[in-house]
Amino acid sequence: MSTTLDLDAVLADRHTRIVVCCGSGGVGKTTTAAALALRAAESGRRVCVLTIDPARRLAQSLGLVELDNTPRPVAGLDTSAGGHLDAMMLDMKRTFDEVVLAHASPDHAAQILANPFYQAVSSSFAGTQEYMAMEKLGQLRAQADRDGRWDLVVVDTPPSRSALDFLDAPKRLGSFLDGRFIRLISAPAKVGGRGALRLVNVGIGLVSKTLTTVLGGEMLRDVQTFVNALDTMFGGFRDRADQTYALLKDGGTAFVVVAAPERDALREASYFVARLDSDGMPLAGVVVNRLAPEPVAGLSAARARAAAETLEDAGHAGSAAVLILHARLSDLAARQRNLVRRFTAGHPGIPVVTVAALAQDVHDLDGLREVGAGLAG
Amino acid sequence: MVTGKGGTGKTTVAAALALALAGRGARVLLAEVEDRQGISQAFDVPPLPPTEVPIVSYDHGGQVVGLAVDAKAALLEYLQLFYRLGRAGGVLERFGAIDFATTIAPGVRDVLLIGRVYEASRRRVDAKHHRHSDTSPLAYDAIVLDAPPTGRIGRFLTVGSEVAGLARMGPIRAQGDSVNELLTSPATRIHMVTLLEEMPVQETIDAVDELRGLGMAMGAIVVNQARLADGEDFPDADLADWVDTLTADLPTVGIAPKPALVTGLVEQVRDHAAREDLEHTHLDALQQLELPIVSVPALLDGIDPDALREIAGLLTDQGMAGRTTARSTGRGTGGSR
Repeated sequence: MSTTLDLDAVLADRHTRIVVCCGSGGVGKTTTAAALALRAAESGRRVCVLTIDPARRLAQSLGLVELDNTPRPVAGLDTSAGGHLDAMMLDMKRTFDEVVLAHASPDHAAQILANPFYQAVSSSFAGTQEYMAMEKLGQLRAQADRDGRWDLVVVDTPPSRSALDFLDAPKRLGSFLDGRFIRLISAPAKVGGRGALRLVNVGIGLVSKTLTTVLGGEMLRDVQTFVNALDTMFGGFRDRADQTYALLKDGGTAFVVVAAPERDALREASYFVARLDSDGMPLAGVVVNRLAPEPVAGLSAARARAAAETLEDAGHAGSAAVLILHARLSDLAARQRNLVRRFTAGHPGIPVVTVAALAQDVHDLDGLREVGAGLAG
Repeated sequence: MVTGKGGTGKTTVAAALALALAGRGARVLLAEVEDRQGISQAFDVPPLPPTEVPIVSYDHGGQVVGLAVDAKAALLEYLQLFYRLGRAGGVLERFGAIDFATTIAPGVRDVLLIGRVYEASRRRVDAKHHRHSDTSPLAYDAIVLDAPPTGRIGRFLTVGSEVAGLARMGPIRAQGDSVNELLTSPATRIHMVTLLEEMPVQETIDAVDELRGLGMAMGAIVVNQARLADGEDFPDADLADWVDTLTADLPTVGIAPKPALVTGLVEQVRDHAAREDLEHTHLDALQQLELPIVSVPALLDGIDPDALREIAGLLTDQGMAGRTTARSTGRGTGGSR
């Protein structure tokens, strides 16, 4: 027996301090995050919404015209309940630069920022986004604790191959930092090449030789400089990633898995639910977006099809077409509801809410309010 | 290359395209790079290992070989193939260097994924016996890559030049350069999958601009789940007229024309018409791109091998699999493979 997800209760609960929306691409994740943030703000919460990659018009509806990595107040909000809403779009390069500037001495920072390897990793490579989303979330929460500007942070997750990659960010950093590899690769640069000799044994010698063969001497030196330069601040980086991970696990966080009433999207949702469960992350429930509207009652698909055939033969093509359309809409609605039913049966105890498809995409705050009302059931 | 906004069905289209090409006699490699096992799900076969596995074989020689590219496996293979570093590979693994390359240094991951596909594109049938022979036929007539979504595609496809820019010389530089050369050559085409909805269409237009700017050759726009094709043709009547028509016609087939039912049916017609208008607007925007547009209707029962074959037929009929190599024609059913 499954329960209905009551998102208004989640948003109203003052203990909820972070809401994370995750799900596969194309299911309305970003819109859901923005709509929840707006609804919470208009019911009195002080909210910051962090979006990763919003569609242009959705960004405009939130007043996000420039990507400057700073939360900006959203205009046009109903503030009568005492809440407010800030919105920001993640700029991963700038977030990375800020980390460097905050944790390295000015000289050191300049050296890092100028390293070609750093520039490539921080601006254009896949994977950085996950780390930076974690970093930014940690920063926003720390600021909220410090100055009290926000009592709720709503985040959208990156559209990565597995949208939960960000959960692995601290673990990956940890295993990297504690691993032998970083010591190996940073050793020669630290002591001008003699470190490698001092550490020599068969394994390391072979590794160094291999790296030089594969990377080429020059690139290896760039990598060494990069890793070595980051080494000093990496520790702080990892500590914060660990803290953010712990924060996500605690009772103040609510994960909302977003899906669509399609087989593949629901299969992905099952994966997210299982993954969150195995990491011990608090799942509020599942939102199934874009449910086709229930067709007008009182006429089955089969009956409509049979009647359409007779009408067609009698020369009433228009009415026949209306009934065929009705039959198709009925089939679609039945199929979607069946998929959702199967999903809820397979995940007993996990609250689910379905949201009707909108006639058109969201362009403004009114559109987001409509989505929010749908989410609230 | 098949890309598109997440959720538009690019894996389905990639699988169907591979099937369509194989149906015309080509040996096709269908590769995925995002650890999603989308290919095995579409064809309803067990999860793919990180090696090439035949999925579909036709009597006339056409074949679909599936590959779920795995960065780690690709790196170890690469080390073995180009540097014969079998033992060093194991040592690198123990030292965490393999993990570093495939997860922490994320750009390397993309190079490996795409490099693996690049390697397959150049492999020749009897490569094992004549390593340097360039006269034997290529192992694959076509490669279909279920590429990352539009949001990531530009970065993914330029990773060769990114890496070439980082490594000013050496083997990595050479690898980056050759990957880049293949991707910008006319041998590579990028197909975009979209729905007739605002966000996917906008992302498609943005991605086409971006990829054209990068010098990539575009293929077709595949409009997935198109309602236009199967839409009922409604006479251009006033909505009020529909109420009268239905009230008159329904009793002739034994359906009581209750006002709630009639109004409900008319509203469905109105919503449908509005949606079609919107779809036409999106289609017009796509047509501005001046690329061939191929459409695939919504398949209500989901994707399985039968649905894939149906879509493959539609892609073939619309000319998307039309450019198979000459060897695919004139091959009898007694093909040796």
